[in-house]
Amino acid sequence: MSEPGREVLAKLTPVLTKRWLSPDAWKLDVYERLDGYLALRKALAVHPDDLIQLVKDSGLRGRGGAGFPTGLKWGFIPQNDGKPHYLVVNADEGEPGTCKDLPLMTCDPHSLIEGVIIASYAIRASRAYIYIRGEAVHAARRLRQAVNDAYKAGYLGRNILGTGFDLDLAIHSGAGAYICGEETALLDSLEGRRGQPRLRPPFPATHGLYACPTVVNNVGTIASVPYIVLGGADWWKSMGTEKSSGPMIYSLSGRVNNPGQYECGLGITLNELIELAGGMRPGHRLRFWTPGGSSTPLLAAEHADVPLDFESVAAAGSILGTTATQIFSDQDCPVYCTYRWIEFYHHESCGKCTPCREGNFWMTRIYRRILSGQGSHEDLDTLLDVCDNILGRSFCGLGDGATSPVTSSLKFFKQDYLDYIEGRTAPRLSAKVLAGAH
Amino acid sequence: MSNNSVTTRPQVLVSIDGAPPKLDRLSPAAAALRDQLDKQTAEILARYPDGPRSALLPLLHLVQSVDGRVTPHGVEYCAAVLGLQKAQVAAVATFYTMYKRKPTGEYLVSVCTNTMCNVLGGQEVYDTLSALLGVGHDETTADGRITLEHAECLAACDYGPVLTVNYDFYDEVTPESAVDVVDRLRAGERPAPTRGARLCSLKEMAVQLAGFADERDGAVAGPGAGPATLRGNLLADRHGIAVPGFDPQTPIKVGEGRPPVTRVPAANKPASDGKPAGDSPLPQREHLKDAKGGDA
Repeated sequence: MSEPGREVLAKLTPVLTKRWLSPDAWKLDVYERLDGYLALRKALAVHPDDLIQLVKDSGLRGRGGAGFPTGLKWGFIPQNDGKPHYLVVNADEGEPGTCKDLPLMTCDPHSLIEGVIIASYAIRASRAYIYIRGEAVHAARRLRQAVNDAYKAGYLGRNILGTGFDLDLAIHSGAGAYICGEETALLDSLEGRRGQPRLRPPFPATHGLYACPTVVNNVGTIASVPYIVLGGADWWKSMGTEKSSGPMIYSLSGRVNNPGQYECGLGITLNELIELAGGMRPGHRLRFWTPGGSSTPLLAAEHADVPLDFESVAAAGSILGTTATQIFSDQDCPVYCTYRWIEFYHHESCGKCTPCREGNFWMTRIYRRILSGQGSHEDLDTLLDVCDNILGRSFCGLGDGATSPVTSSLKFFKQDYLDYIEGRTAPRLSAKVLAGAH
Repeated sequence: MSNNSVTTRPQVLVSIDGAPPKLDRLSPAAAALRDQLDKQTAEILARYPDGPRSALLPLLHLVQSVDGRVTPHGVEYCAAVLGLQKAQVAAVATFYTMYKRKPTGEYLVSVCTNTMCNVLGGQEVYDTLSALLGVGHDETTADGRITLEHAECLAACDYGPVLTVNYDFYDEVTPESAVDVVDRLRAGERPAPTRGARLCSLKEMAVQLAGFADERDGAVAGPGAGPATLRGNLLADRHGIAVPGFDPQTPIKVGEGRPPVTRVPAANKPASDGKPAGDSPLPQREHLKDAKGGDA
């Protein structure tokens, strides 16, 4: 295993992850020794509108996948409307491949809480919720402890730091539903309903939680705010690219020597990330990968030099998403991988929209048929046809995301499908899985 | 749903002011839940003063902490607390996978079989455990000890393949190491997870999911980051890489014509240099050294 070169090492930008090296940074006193709650004091000393402008100036874009400009989102909240405002943090991390928010909340929960307080002050919210994935129990333990400590220290509650600003924050555990990572489904779930997406407009900025103006932001987005408040917009923009500013936590998994979390400026390439991760595992050659979770179209080895920022990945035909790069090699089968993802989308489809609910169901059946050696050439046309009928025809992005691995794997790896259909590849699944439905 | 008289709309939402919910006319089993969960229910409701129905997910976790699943009388209790119909509560309870409708064991063993863990060996882990325990997905061993399930992505792909026991992590498992974990659980032991707190029962975990702190000594301090979490960081640290130009005193631009607000007391401490600090040394570095054969 070779050491990464100096030039590639210089692309590391430990900002949000930096405190993770301090094992006790989740404790309030340690956090305070590491610049903790310094940004809050600074933020509460300026007008909320100046904070919204600061975040706009920084170019911060949402870290949950869509990359929407954060300052713009905050600016959409109507002011002096007489309604309560809410900040809801989307901590329902579950996109396959993504594992950046859970370690952040586990290792450095106060940075998220400090970001919550600053963001709430900026949008004039006096109540905030962190909706955390139910299964993330250890991150929730640390967060609950951190919230309690922050209340005791006067960072939460009434008259925060004597400024007259009030904020209550509660940690809300979900109950196992990937769809609740979609912001409107999350809001329905937080209101005690089935997590099903809402038709937009109206958008959460005007009709969110309890039909009141609401900002829903990802963990990484909100945790970025204290650093922008401290270091300033220009410093933030010194990392990343012009249109995709700042550092980003890239989650590397799969066939590399050192999978893990690598925080780099937006715009690093997969080849560089693989170099940071000590190269591909012995005997493995890069074949396909996801730039940002399974809902982003697969890319092939030829795309390993695409800068991983919002614009460049879109130009290459995919989506930056959550920067969860799942790395697969020549020993992995793109048809089988896609099949497993479709089983996932089928399981997680909330059932509200027919194209997604039924389409994913039938695609699992077609994949089982192909993988058990009983597929036909017509199946490939049917898959594309089903995708055509899901994409853009469901309320939320889950359906769109489900089509990503299917259409992209058919685009780059059609031969792998044909090899199953024409009998050159041994069946991967036994015919048992076909019982019941064909 | 046999007797309509037990679901008359109670006067409930008063608990917003801290008054206990008045829940009469419950079936005996639901009344027992009420008597047991009264205080915690009021605490949960207090978190959602603007929308009491938001308490439903935590309340469903709470009734699971007593019954190990969402029972019909658990549904009845939640409905009574929130002034909902039982069908409305059941519709929510059946939507989420963490609400169990069949009796569960003391430990819920969840094996990730989503794509990444799957190709790294998660499917073999699941198949091995299923054969060993003689149960399939969402089934419980006859001794009531273990419920097995295959899970979708558990957000730990850098540690794949993973399994969780009552949602705490065992990283980079093999069929053999997974069998070891399960054998020890069956023998009454509680093997330490790789990341998370020491194990508790699934019912005890449901109390935490309802939003209550883990009061066990040292539980919150259980290992949070494994080697993979810190790899990028350690690489930067080892090579002395930091983002240049960070000045925490950088002023925030004040909008034109707006006088600066100066009402916050300054922190009585200087800004740190952001270097790692803390009460403990950095066990993770040693950890990584062990894991990667001197890489750190």
